[in-house]
Amino acid sequence: MKKIGMTSMLTIAALIVLIPACVTINIYFPAAAAEKAADKIIDDVWQLKPGETMPVKPSALPEK
Amino acid sequence: MKKFISILSLICITLLSSSWVNAAADLDVNTPAISAIKNSMQTRHAQLNPHYNSGAIGLTADGLIAVRDTTAVPLKDRGGINSLVAAENGDRNALYKEIAAGNGHPEWAGEIRSTFASRWVDKAQSGWYYQSAGGWVKK
Repeated sequence: MKKIGMTSMLTIAALIVLIPACVTINIYFPAAAAEKAADKIIDDVWQLKPGETMPVKPSALPEK
Repeated sequence: MKKFISILSLICITLLSSSWVNAAADLDVNTPAISAIKNSMQTRHAQLNPHYNSGAIGLTADGLIAVRDTTAVPLKDRGGINSLVAAENGDRNALYKEIAAGNGHPEWAGEIRSTFASRWVDKAQSGWYYQSAGGWVKK
C-alpha cells in the first residue's frame, strides 16, 4: 500500500476545511443585500430618485 | 516547504473568496414574477398617493398599509378604499414571498417583510402616518 505523503495529507486537510466553508455562504440572512433590494423596489414603486425620500407634496406641483 | 505554502495559500484564498461572495451576495429582484408585482404596485400608487397625503392610509409595522381614518377619504373614494387597500396588501404579501422564494430561501419571507417595513417608513414623505409602538405616528 502506498504511503500517504505530506502533500496528499495537506490536500485532504484542505478539502476538509474548504467544503464546509463553501456551504456556510448562504445560511445567514443577507440583511444589507435585503435593504438594498428593498430600496430599489421602493424607489420604483414610489417613483423616487435614488437616495431621496418622497419629494415635495404633489399638491404643490402640477399633477403628472 | 514550497508545496506546503502553495496549499496553504490555496486554503486562504478560498476562505477569503467565500467571505467576498457572502458580502457581494445581492438579492435578485429582477425576476419576471417580482417585476410584475412591482409594476402592479407602481400603477396603484397613483391612486394611493393622495390617501397617504391626507392621512387616510398609513404604513403598518408589518410592511402593509391600513386605513387609518375613513373620514379623511373623499366621499367619491370611500366605497372603493377597502378593496384598494386589500389589493395593495395582496401585492405586498406576494412581493415578500416572491423575493424570498425567487432567491432560493422561502424561509426568508418574514425577514424580508420586516426589512421592507422599516424601509417603507424611512422613505415615506413627511406628513405620512406609520404605526409605531401600537399607535399611529405622523412622520
